[in-house]
Amino acid sequence: MNKPTITKIIKTQMETKDIKTLKFYYPGKMSPGQFFMIWIPGVDEIPMSASYINKEDKGITFKKVGAATSALFKMNKGDKIGVRGPYGNGFNIKRGKTLFIGGGTGIATITVAVEFAANKKFSSDVIIGVKNKKELFFENRLKKFINKVYVSTDDGSKGYKGFASDLTKHLLSKNKYTSVLTCGPEIMMKQILSACKDTQFQASIERYMKCSVGLCGQCCLGNGLRVCKEGPVFDGKTLKKIPEFGVYKRDASGRKIKFK
Amino acid sequence: MANLATKIASLKLDNPTILASGLMDEDAGSMKRIIDCGAGAVVTKSIGLKSRDGYPNPTVIELETGFLNAMGLPNPGIKDFEEEVKKIKQSNCVLIGSVFGSNSKEFLELGSEMQSFGADALELNMSCPHAKGYGVEIGSDSKLVKEITSCVKDSIDIPVFVKLSSNVTDIKKIAMAAEKGNADGIVAINTVKAMKIDIDIKAPILANRYGGYSGKAIKPIGVRCVFEIAESLDIPIIGVGGITTGEDALEYVMAGASAVQIGTGIYYREIDIFNKVCQEMNMWMNDNNIKKISELIGVAHK
Ligand SMILES: Cc1cc2nc3c(=O)[nH]c(=O)nc-3n(C[C@H](O)[C@H](O)[C@H](O)COP(=O)(O)OP(=O)(O)OC[C@H]3O[C@@H](n4cnc5c(N)ncnc54)[C@H](O)[C@@H]3O)c2cc1C
Ligand SMILES: Cc1cc2nc3c(=O)[nH]c(=O)nc-3n(C[C@H](O)[C@H](O)[C@H](O)COP(=O)(O)O)c2cc1C
Ligand code: FES
Repeated sequence: MNKPTITKIIKTQMETKDIKTLKFYYPGKMSPGQFFMIWIPGVDEIPMSASYINKEDKGITFKKVGAATSALFKMNKGDKIGVRGPYGNGFNIKRGKTLFIGGGTGIATITVAVEFAANKKFSSDVIIGVKNKKELFFENRLKKFINKVYVSTDDGSKGYKGFASDLTKHLLSKNKYTSVLTCGPEIMMKQILSACKDTQFQASIERYMKCSVGLCGQCCLGNGLRVCKEGPVFDGKTLKKIPEFGVYKRDASGRKIKFK
Repeated sequence: MANLATKIASLKLDNPTILASGLMDEDAGSMKRIIDCGAGAVVTKSIGLKSRDGYPNPTVIELETGFLNAMGLPNPGIKDFEEEVKKIKQSNCVLIGSVFGSNSKEFLELGSEMQSFGADALELNMSCPHAKGYGVEIGSDSKLVKEITSCVKDSIDIPVFVKLSSNVTDIKKIAMAAEKGNADGIVAINTVKAMKIDIDIKAPILANRYGGYSGKAIKPIGVRCVFEIAESLDIPIIGVGGITTGEDALEYVMAGASAVQIGTGIYYREIDIFNKVCQEMNMWMNDNNIKKISELIGVAHK
């Protein structure tokens, strides 16, 4: 049933100064790229991708940006949250060599996808990109599944100096990949898509969500594609036909907000 | 193949299924998808003068036999909605513009805008169960209903429908007031005011506490309302509430509806529910040797 189930936080982890992981008891199967609606009673209910997927418990990793994420940030072991889902389609992770790219908090979603590929013994490379090395997280977790983790920072404080999309272009010209899977700022993902000529492409998209079950229409893009249901992961062919991809999203009222 | 074409006032539809207001109708792309899935017409999200975010989440939850929502009339405001209406009208579909206001002046302003953008008809939302100062707070006062309807009708040329709530003592009385205000049709019903409490948290789940119940559970209430209105009115009725199958739609038609709207059914039977419901109506009509849907409107009253 699509209503929140109350569950307890069983573990918390600080990832950076303002990024935190909460793990909670929530048994069941799900795929990397799928998400939950997390209810903080009295505050809000917000969409969050899974960053840890275990049989009995799940995790979310988020940045403190506003009221809901700040309330979550203050939570400790034993505190209660409401969870519904999982929702959406998730990544289609296939055999062949995959290049994973996570930008900002998108690293959370990408890491669990890399873990899935590694468990299946699929070969993959990963790029994680942030503005400054202080914002970097999950690098050590990724190193457990993968030999080389490429890091990019806008200011060059660690790894490649520049955008993750530029490092992607560099790797695409050097190596052969079957597919590219990404989650991060939409402008970054759009640039990666245009660099992806023949390589298959999938990106996880964020839109303002309310029902998350495909009813209210709040999250729609293109010709009525529901990010909560047909997404949040879309392939390159679909995204190329959506004029607003990388251009604008809608706020809670439905007004257009341009990406900067 | 039975003839499913229907007429509501001067509005001609290829089939009687219409997308209900507030679901998959915030932008032109979504409404286009619904039309492509077989709907005879679409109603826009209810639009007001200024943009509104609506209530915080949780705004929608599922219950045993339906959904509970308190969206709080989120909308981008009539100015920003112009491009969506113009875009969807390029595809030559029948578009009904839903608007909400707190008095006749606001309803009139919104209605005039919708008409100028190219809407084929207007739906006046006087029935939202959970927005302060709007909706059923207006739609339970028959004097106000008549006043607003006639004010809008006086200056607007496209057909005007009034959407009513079952959360009143006597829905016939309200419908009659709309008819006296020269409404071209009645839409019934909006969601039914309801609540869900989480016993672990010991508090209502919806951020607004109260919400509106939709889906299967409210169908008997909707059918009863349409039946009652049909008994006392001459103008056409659009039936809405809990329709998921062709049989459900036929029930509304027999109660007196000339067309039906479908909202929550999208969850139970996916977006092409409009095609499915039409197919099922067609099958039933063939089996029962009915040639035209109009033969069935109000037959349950005999
Ligand atoms: C499918 C999906 C998966 C996500 N996964 C993650 C994740 O793994 N880690 C992470 O840090 N963030 C994730 N987000 C973003 C996260 O939902 C927002 O950061 C969060 O809602 C902000 O809420 P707030 O009250 O703290 O901030 P606010 O001040 O309310 O808003 C900050 C920003 O978050 C957006 N936002 C607020 N409410 C919603 C909502 N209901 N739906 C979508 N966006 C909203 C606002 O539009 C604004 O851009 C995901 C979003 C989506 C759609
Ligand atoms: C998520 C949601 C949003 C709605 N928004 C509106 C709205 O903006 N205006 C309106 O007149 N009715 C609105 N309604 C009510 C529907 O149009 C319809 O009257 C009601 O849901 C009953 O029909 P159903 O059971 O087929 O959903 C909304 C219903 C739902 C579930
Ligand atoms: S959030 Fe309601 S349709 Fe996607």
